[in-house]
Amino acid sequence: MAEIPSSNVPTVVVDGVDIVYRVNGTGAGRGSATAALNRMLRREKAEKAAGVRKVHAVKKVSFVAYKGEAIGLIGTNGSGKSTLLKAVAGLLPVENGRIYTDGQPSLLGVNAAMMSDLTGERNVYLGGLAMGMSREQIKGRYQEIVDFSGINEKGDFITLPMRTYSSGMAARLRFSIAAAKDHDVLLIDEALATGDRSFQKRSEERIRELREHAGTVFLVSHNNKSIRDTCDRVLWLERGELRMDGPTEDVLQEYEAFTGGADKAPKAA
Amino acid sequence: MSQVLHTPPQTPPPTDDLSALAARYGLTVSGARPSLREYVSQLWARRHFIGAFATAKLTAQYSQAKLGQVWQVMTPLLNAAVYYFIFGVLLGTKHGVPDYIPFLVTGVFIWTFTQSSIMAGTRAISGNLGLVRALHFPRAALPISFCLQQLQQLLFSMGALVVILLCFGVPVGPSWVLALPALVLQFTFNAGVSMIMARWGAKTPDIAQLMPFVLRTWMYVSGVMWSIDKLTAKDHLPHVVSVALAANPAAVYIDLMRFSLIDSFHAGQLPPHVWAVATGWALIAGVGGFIYFWKAEETYGRG
Repeated sequence: MAEIPSSNVPTVVVDGVDIVYRVNGTGAGRGSATAALNRMLRREKAEKAAGVRKVHAVKKVSFVAYKGEAIGLIGTNGSGKSTLLKAVAGLLPVENGRIYTDGQPSLLGVNAAMMSDLTGERNVYLGGLAMGMSREQIKGRYQEIVDFSGINEKGDFITLPMRTYSSGMAARLRFSIAAAKDHDVLLIDEALATGDRSFQKRSEERIRELREHAGTVFLVSHNNKSIRDTCDRVLWLERGELRMDGPTEDVLQEYEAFTGGADKAPKAA
Repeated sequence: MSQVLHTPPQTPPPTDDLSALAARYGLTVSGARPSLREYVSQLWARRHFIGAFATAKLTAQYSQAKLGQVWQVMTPLLNAAVYYFIFGVLLGTKHGVPDYIPFLVTGVFIWTFTQSSIMAGTRAISGNLGLVRALHFPRAALPISFCLQQLQQLLFSMGALVVILLCFGVPVGPSWVLALPALVLQFTFNAGVSMIMARWGAKTPDIAQLMPFVLRTWMYVSGVMWSIDKLTAKDHLPHVVSVALAANPAAVYIDLMRFSLIDSFHAGQLPPHVWAVATGWALIAGVGGFIYFWKAEETYGRG
């Protein structure tokens, strides 16, 4: 584990946050025209009757993240990890509570701005601009991005449209573009799962660098090893609730016992 | 085991403490709407992204086609040919309109610009939720970028239009310069309407299903294939109707472009105060649409 001393300067304060999704058209057998009309006419009151379902994805979560910390978010599928990250990034509104941040946290998610019909080269520019870099900044880092992604190791792929890339190659390029910028608070969602072992090593290295430069890194992952390698603190979410918050090793031990023991005899906790 | 028991009491401290802590270190609420001034400067800072996104969309559009970018010119030409066949040959609206083909093609191209800008604006947020939910940028960048893409598309069409004009013996004149301010005004108008539609479309995506019908109706009353001037001259229309026909922003922009490019389309055919009307529409839609869009900035991408 990389030891970067965490200071006492908070970068993200999450204060009693609830996040609720509303999904249209789920009323069994009634996701029909009448239900839709009902929904439009009566709004709030008839939400349930009209087939709007509320999904309470994150419940009353509070924590404070400090400068220099790398925080892992773990939990079984559907436990609200990605939702919480999006809310911290300010991309999802919260139902109750507040999220305070230092500067603008960025979600490592340039893939949404990239177009598979364009060449890797143009996507580097498009992705960089979408993250708010200037043309000059991208030009300065272009070679670094391409080298880091290793796209050109097997021939001149960067000038081919991205639809010709393998999924691993595309994921590597995406991570390289996203990691090219120095972020105050960086939120990473399962980005390290893809790519071969050598690329994963480089990515972890890069995350450590980003922590030194910037501030706080959040990492969502199901890979306990990459959490151990990069994070010094872990938040464990289960069914939207913050179940545990503490040093990596302590939380992971509990988590492994929880997930490993789930299909065996349930232990009394 | 002890950690499990120890940590939960620590994690939810009293609410006042956390907000006070945030205030002490000058942290701001995540995802709050910036002030209008700040919003404009953020948008200005993203101008390169707006341009690059528009160009990228335009290029990606035909990248799978064998003929590639040739379709940029082919599509508007084919459109014009279809309209000529229906309105010029079958229905005979061309009677009495000099230079009917340049008249028609200009109308079709300029109308298409407004139409596709508004259509793209309607889907600007609802069709790009992935982008909105992943990255931070002033959301107005999306509708504006889509309008810019349509403007680039129009410039290709205008290239084709110039060739058509020259083929039909329309001389190059000094009034061609007027095409530039007319386009700027039209672009501002389109961007404004797109932003209004983008906000509606973000809240109710169903609007995108409705828009083609609204737009088609709008096209038929905008004098794309027939001359408004000829119709209103006949005197049997109520005054209100002829004023409404003449003040219709789409018709105003179409006629301005015809006036600047086609020599047989003279100033007498333009509605009164045409530049004032064109500027007025651009300002109302542009400024109003921008503010209207900004008002809901923090809600885009929800649900």
